[in-house]
Amino acid sequence: MTNPVTLPDGTPVTARAGLASAVEVAAAVRSGSTSATELLEAHLARIEAADGALHAFNHVTTERARADAAAVDAAVAAGQDPGPLAGVTVALKDNLCTRGVPTTCSSRILEGWTPPYDATVVERLRAAGAVVVGKTNLDEFAMGSSTENSAFGPTRNPHDPARVPGGSSGGSAAAVAAGLTAVALGSDTGGSIRQPAALCGVVGVKPTYGLVSRYGLVAFASSLDQIGPFAPTVADAALVLETIAGHDRRDSTSIPQPAPALSAQLGDGVEGLRIGIVSELSGQGIEGFEPEVLARLHEAADALTAAGAKLDTVSVPSAVAGLSAYYMIAPAEASSNLARYDGVRYGLRREGPNTAAMMAASRTAGFGPEVKRRIMLGTYALSAGYADAFYGRAQRIRTLMISEFARVYESFDLLLCPTSPCVAFEFGAKADPLTMYLNDVCTIPSNLTGQPAISVPFGTDATGLPVGVQVMAPLLGEAAMFRAAAALEGSR
Amino acid sequence: MTATATPDTIDAGLPAGWEMVIGLEVHAELATATKMFSPAPNRFGGDPNTNVHPVCLGLPGTLPVVNGKAIELAIRIGLALNCTVQRCVFARKNYFYPDMPKDYQISQYEEALNVDGHLELPSGPVIGIERAHLEEDTGKSTHMGVSGRIHDAGYSLVDYNRAGVPLIEIVSRPDLRTPDQAREYVDELRSILVTIGASDGKMEEGSLRVDANVSVRPVGATELRTRCEIKNVNSLRSVGRAILYEARRHVTLYEAGERPIQETRHWDEEAGRTRAGRSKEEAEDYRYFPDPDLVPVDPSPEWIDEIRATLPPLPSQRRHALMDRGAPAAGAAIAVSRDLDGLALAAIEAGADAERVITHVANNLAVDRAESLSPAHFADLIRMESAGELTATQAKQVLADMVATGRPPGDIAAEKGFQAMDSSELETLVNGIIDANLDEWGRFCAGDDKARGKLQGFFTGQVMKATKGQADGKAVNALLMARLARDTA
Amino acid sequence: MAPEPDDPVLTRQDVAKVAKLALLDLSDEELDRFTPQLAAVLEHARDLQSFDLTGVPPTHHPFPLVNVFRPDEVELADDVREEALAAAPAVEDHQFRVPPVLGESA
Ligand SMILES: [Mg+2]
Ligand SMILES: [Zn+2]
Repeated sequence: MTNPVTLPDGTPVTARAGLASAVEVAAAVRSGSTSATELLEAHLARIEAADGALHAFNHVTTERARADAAAVDAAVAAGQDPGPLAGVTVALKDNLCTRGVPTTCSSRILEGWTPPYDATVVERLRAAGAVVVGKTNLDEFAMGSSTENSAFGPTRNPHDPARVPGGSSGGSAAAVAAGLTAVALGSDTGGSIRQPAALCGVVGVKPTYGLVSRYGLVAFASSLDQIGPFAPTVADAALVLETIAGHDRRDSTSIPQPAPALSAQLGDGVEGLRIGIVSELSGQGIEGFEPEVLARLHEAADALTAAGAKLDTVSVPSAVAGLSAYYMIAPAEASSNLARYDGVRYGLRREGPNTAAMMAASRTAGFGPEVKRRIMLGTYALSAGYADAFYGRAQRIRTLMISEFARVYESFDLLLCPTSPCVAFEFGAKADPLTMYLNDVCTIPSNLTGQPAISVPFGTDATGLPVGVQVMAPLLGEAAMFRAAAALEGSR
Repeated sequence: MTATATPDTIDAGLPAGWEMVIGLEVHAELATATKMFSPAPNRFGGDPNTNVHPVCLGLPGTLPVVNGKAIELAIRIGLALNCTVQRCVFARKNYFYPDMPKDYQISQYEEALNVDGHLELPSGPVIGIERAHLEEDTGKSTHMGVSGRIHDAGYSLVDYNRAGVPLIEIVSRPDLRTPDQAREYVDELRSILVTIGASDGKMEEGSLRVDANVSVRPVGATELRTRCEIKNVNSLRSVGRAILYEARRHVTLYEAGERPIQETRHWDEEAGRTRAGRSKEEAEDYRYFPDPDLVPVDPSPEWIDEIRATLPPLPSQRRHALMDRGAPAAGAAIAVSRDLDGLALAAIEAGADAERVITHVANNLAVDRAESLSPAHFADLIRMESAGELTATQAKQVLADMVATGRPPGDIAAEKGFQAMDSSELETLVNGIIDANLDEWGRFCAGDDKARGKLQGFFTGQVMKATKGQADGKAVNALLMARLARDTA
Repeated sequence: MAPEPDDPVLTRQDVAKVAKLALLDLSDEELDRFTPQLAAVLEHARDLQSFDLTGVPPTHHPFPLVNVFRPDEVELADDVREEALAAAPAVEDHQFRVPPVLGESA
């Protein structure tokens, strides 16, 4: 049995008794029945009590949060509406830029760097009345699936501190699971929101590529990165996504459309929806899927059937090649995106006799081993003589996947599979990089195709560790995806 | 070996039997208000690091967004260079350099905006344009140290004011054959860019920069031999000098049984020579790939047509307009370069003789306010001159007054007492002067060519004195020669 | 040039060369450790070769957009220079100070 992190009174941090959902918080604060300050203090107290054991946060912005909460309360007192997220506490993955607050990407190379601007999502959250409580831990530059690659030490899974929270947004997932914040934001390049959400037992969403502005997200792999919410409930995730989505002129890849309306349709059910279980992503022909994970998946399918959806299995042959394509494309883009950490303008610097030597010394001292591995992999994949065989072929596999998924979506409204082949694993269990990479097989296809996907908690394994199931949708298919997620949540 | 050069022309000579093969890469800064991908100002000078924004500083999390005006200006350039304007993508050119905030340059690689164009030199040859693509400029390093030179600098200071300024890189085909042609090409290109409002073309401020690819080959050969890329050619004068120096270096190597190696070299203006760049241990591998932060540019045919419709007449079109009406090519080029082609064309269309018009524009109108001259008055003047009412000398004087006062040529000529002097009047005058100076005339008739030359000056001078300079020198000479023939027959 | 099935996927020399391109100084120990790790990933990536990609173009953006432009209007935040210089490891005369530069800008 698991041995969750506990609060001083002995209750497990994962027990949510006494914690209101974001939807409830916002309603209460807007009506004046609760104060933002009171809610913030409750979360700050939990952070104080539990984050020593969890290390979900790199940085807690206590004073700013208090000022922001007080401003929300003042607005309510003055008869103004602070917005749809009034008083909702939010934790930000520490690769989201925050003006005046350090943004480290959990890397030595950016230690102490304070951006002179806020990410678009941060501006939107604050404008909606949310209260930012701090910056959460991650695998360095979001490269990893366990948060073990943080330069500042790992985050622990609130359900079992001997196990990883998943990654790379492990800090955000753990913070929400432990009630240290109402909601959180993460970034998802190959599953970095959905997989830790599954391993920590919370809801995590990777929106359609381009639905949420990337301005202010420190880039890992630009054509794959998307920002999305972590929340205890599907409704909370919908509320946050509605707030942060919508066109932003500062991001050229931002879809020129307003944010979708999601909350209003959550209760519409799944009657008549055609949902396909992707066989290649559900253990058919791939090893490493835990039986209990697959058992929960089939229970989830049964629950959707019981709710009126039509379930069937479907094959997407190129989905398995997604892993290889991803581990060429993401490192290739990363090798270029991370070139700017050179010791000239910001971040860590080690001196050298000339500029090139100084840059190399700084990069060598500033990046951890996983980041170095991926930079080298990506540099190799783009280098003369190999670019066609690796990077080029990977981008063409991507086209193949997009057309296969498009064909599948002619017969299905949504697709279903596990979020992760396994539940939270112990620290060091996947020390071999390739073994760790293989763990991303279910989440990667949505990043390569740009499609949205959501991970919904759906029971646990026999030891009590959470299992997540993933609902995938075609581009901009968030509304139906959230309805199915709500149906799954409601069936428990 | 030192290049020989005079300010205006270059001894284009290579040893007999060799020819140069020259291709130019010209970088021009576009005349936008903001940078290529960042809303920071695009302006020359300013205190260090003041024209900056998080985007052009490449701060983590920032993203580029294309300046639509830069695309429009680049399309103007493409159209002016007769290029195909096409769908294009931005690519990252990856290499580490402190001037470059992201340690990659956003440029265009496989799919450029403008391809396959050409430019016609005023002297006639048509030079192929391979491509004209968009990219961002780098910042500037100032090398601090004892000598101030890059190789023994103590340290460098980096200013990103210029980082991210929109550049068009115009790559010619290796169609140029002499340093003078290369200078002509750069001058013509600059004139096109300025005419269409795409760039201020100021070489002295670095808004136009030239890299030259130079090789040589035996005359008659069609092969392309090893070329060297010469960087840092920062004035029109250096373009010719650097190319000549480099080409001669290649010939010297070949004639000594050696060969040049393909490399980047730098022009040292003071020393008048090119120098090898510090050789890199390995060949560069720029790892180009499409920039995932930017989406393709796909200009619609309608947009391209709209831009085409706003293009002013280009220098070559303006030259041809004059040449089509009988103006000589060289004069037409001068008229266009002085921006007086409009005046010349109007005068010709008002009936003035094209050659005389061009002669005045090229020789007698190098003055301020020449463009304010009334074409009708100018045409009148040419007509008077053609009709023999004014000598060439008189016409030149009248023209100067026309520019200064704006008055019609007839009034000025009358006031100056420039009378139409017909040939019989002039003959009477010449004969009268001979009769009054029979001694000199005798010696004139008896003398050899040398003595005759001196005395001819004497008689012409007398005629000019009598006519207050209004007589046509050529006509006076003709009359003297006719009388000589009669008197010595 | 796709790697042949029997080629060694990646040699220690390849890794050293790539590290140099990426401006990373790897110790001998790191070279020894990274080489098989990266080789294993490339080995796994051989499955990319098993798909028939004839006539399949690459995808660079999962959501296809074209012609995204911004107006040519200046936007300046007040303290960008001061904040940027404050973050820099070495500064002199409002500029970023670096050791001497070898080689040339391309
Ligand atoms: Mg070039
Ligand atoms: Zn260039």
